[in-house]
Amino acid sequence: MTGTDEAAHGAVDKAPAGTEEAGKASPGAGGTGSAVPLLETRGCGKTFGGVIALRDVSTRVHAGEVTCVLGDNGAGKSTLIKILSGVHPPDSGAYLVDGAPAAFAGPRDALDRGIATVYQDLAMIPLMSVWRNFFLGSEPTRGRGPLRRLDAARARRTVREELRSMGIDIRDVDQPVGTLSGGERQSVAIARAVHFGARVLILDEPTSALGVKQAGVVLRYIARARDRGLGVVFITHNPHHAYPVGDRFLLLNRGASMGEYGRADVTRQELTSLMAGGAELEQLTHELGRDEPPVTP
Amino acid sequence: MTVAADERLAGTGLVRRLLIRPELGAVVGAVVVFAFFASRSETFRSVAGVANWLDPASTLGIMAVAIALLMIGGEFDLSAGVLTGTTGLITVILATRYGFAIPVAMLAALAAALLVGFLNGLIVVRTGLPSFIVTLGTFLMLQGINLGVTKALTGTVQVGGLRRAEGYEQARAALAGTVSLGGADFRVAILWWLGVTALATWVLMRTRAGNWIFAVGGDERAARAVGVPAGRTKIALFMTTAGAAWLVGSILALRFTSVQANAGLGQEFVYIIAAVIGGCLLTGGYGSAVGASIGAVIFGMADKGIVFAGWDADWFTFFLGAMLLLATLANRLVRRYAEEVRH
Ligand SMILES: Nc1ncnc2c1ncn2[C@@H]1O[C@H](COP(=O)(O)OP(=O)(O)OP(=O)(O)O)[C@@H](O)[C@H]1O
Ligand SMILES: [Mg+2]
Repeated sequence: MTGTDEAAHGAVDKAPAGTEEAGKASPGAGGTGSAVPLLETRGCGKTFGGVIALRDVSTRVHAGEVTCVLGDNGAGKSTLIKILSGVHPPDSGAYLVDGAPAAFAGPRDALDRGIATVYQDLAMIPLMSVWRNFFLGSEPTRGRGPLRRLDAARARRTVREELRSMGIDIRDVDQPVGTLSGGERQSVAIARAVHFGARVLILDEPTSALGVKQAGVVLRYIARARDRGLGVVFITHNPHHAYPVGDRFLLLNRGASMGEYGRADVTRQELTSLMAGGAELEQLTHELGRDEPPVTP
Repeated sequence: MTVAADERLAGTGLVRRLLIRPELGAVVGAVVVFAFFASRSETFRSVAGVANWLDPASTLGIMAVAIALLMIGGEFDLSAGVLTGTTGLITVILATRYGFAIPVAMLAALAAALLVGFLNGLIVVRTGLPSFIVTLGTFLMLQGINLGVTKALTGTVQVGGLRRAEGYEQARAALAGTVSLGGADFRVAILWWLGVTALATWVLMRTRAGNWIFAVGGDERAARAVGVPAGRTKIALFMTTAGAAWLVGSILALRFTSVQANAGLGQEFVYIIAAVIGGCLLTGGYGSAVGASIGAVIFGMADKGIVFAGWDADWFTFFLGAMLLLATLANRLVRRYAEEVRH
């Protein structure tokens, strides 16, 4: 959020070169062309004590693309995004940002490199207005010394413009965030991340608590952020939400990757059955099925 | 710049905005209380009467505003009442027993108050304990110090003689004097109170610090997540409350030229009640400085109005209880409305 560019370059290349590829990447190479992914994991793993939460997962996120991470409960999705957003370092494998190994001390470091994470609970204050929430922690000010004050007019105008350019239709930037619907709140959180210079947007199950229509609204903003050139990591356990916006699909199951598919390589049906573990789903259909007539005397 | 209003805002916008103003309940309450006592008592509505009931409102108002800021930030301070006594005692003792000039004695009292506020804040922030408990501890400790030190020094439960101290006249004129207006004498403290209210409102609504106060009270974890310095904000709030206690303690000490060892005892709840009547939520994150001031005005009017109307002063607490209950009910509705989550 602050001094993004200086911070970004200052933090590069502090990490020991863990992989031979690290030498190839030059600082500042990111962002140009699509050859170097914004984010890349190579065989990443994470264990918590005896629990292997993630094992040998490789994926990449390109600018202007949506990488969907799909998996059941406990598959390791949140663990993966915690690695991407700088909360945990990976225990094994490599995590590269702009082609160079990343060494984040915490989420703040990742944020300074333009990697913004929108969690399910959003970090918004329900009783505060939309514009105050939008700028919380990074308020625009004018005047100096003891007269330094909020530039409320600028803040309101910026929020209105930013929301409008994302196609978000909020009635009134002065209304408390608590009165927004779940989908509207997600949209404001996404717009906030975009405004503060995110290059990569990580969204943890933004649609899971939403109805069909509201989920559609959020998917539209995901697409819009992608069209603005951001790389998006979209975590969901719903293939019907992932398929319309995704460019690549990483499937996780019990901490391991079940493969990464390009959009051209799978159909929606295949994605659904892959996710549910095809055979299991058929078994379930069978179990719950009503197709057989009841056997009554 | 103009932006075409959304069609869904039509009609409901203004009403809604007024409704979610935290001061609304207090304003309505103040009008009703004023009309009530004004109709019973001629004196109450005279200029002299107004000067009379603005007097208790002013010192209470200064504290209520500070406590409102703290409550918006999600914390309580039970030690604030007794701290007004402590600061008054320090000033009087230093000025009368140790020969300090009053301004110097006051500065020493201010330093002591800020230290108490800082420690309150530090303990709350570091330990995560409820401020209710932490400041209850400071409250009891200060109460003990006030009594113990006063008795040890004077053998009685009060220290006096401030009138003879150096710099008394100037200090009294600045903090405890009167201004003639419309044939009545208004206390200077009323100006201090208005100033404090205006400053607090400006900070709350128009500065980054104000944004942070609302945020740490509304959801501290979320506030931290976006980089709000929650700990510093809270410590500053406790120090502000302590500073206000010093101001009020000094005003009262200069006016009466003596301080009782139990001064301020029991006032801590009155401050909280005034802030709540003014629209502060007990849960934090919502409220206003102007509202707390109006809450203090309601107190002042009831305090003096009951006397003017020729009633037994015992009815005062009944009245307070009723106001508090009504205000809390009104606030609850507001909060529900503001927090209501639509899916
Ligand atoms: N801090 C931790 N300590 C111990 N185990 C953990 C920790 N975090 C995650 N795990 C374990 O790692 C596994 C993967 O968890 P993770 O939260 O990544 O799943 P998920 O795919 O996000 O699931 P959901 O869809 O329910 O959110 C789980 O078995 C979980 O119990
Ligand atoms: Mg999860």
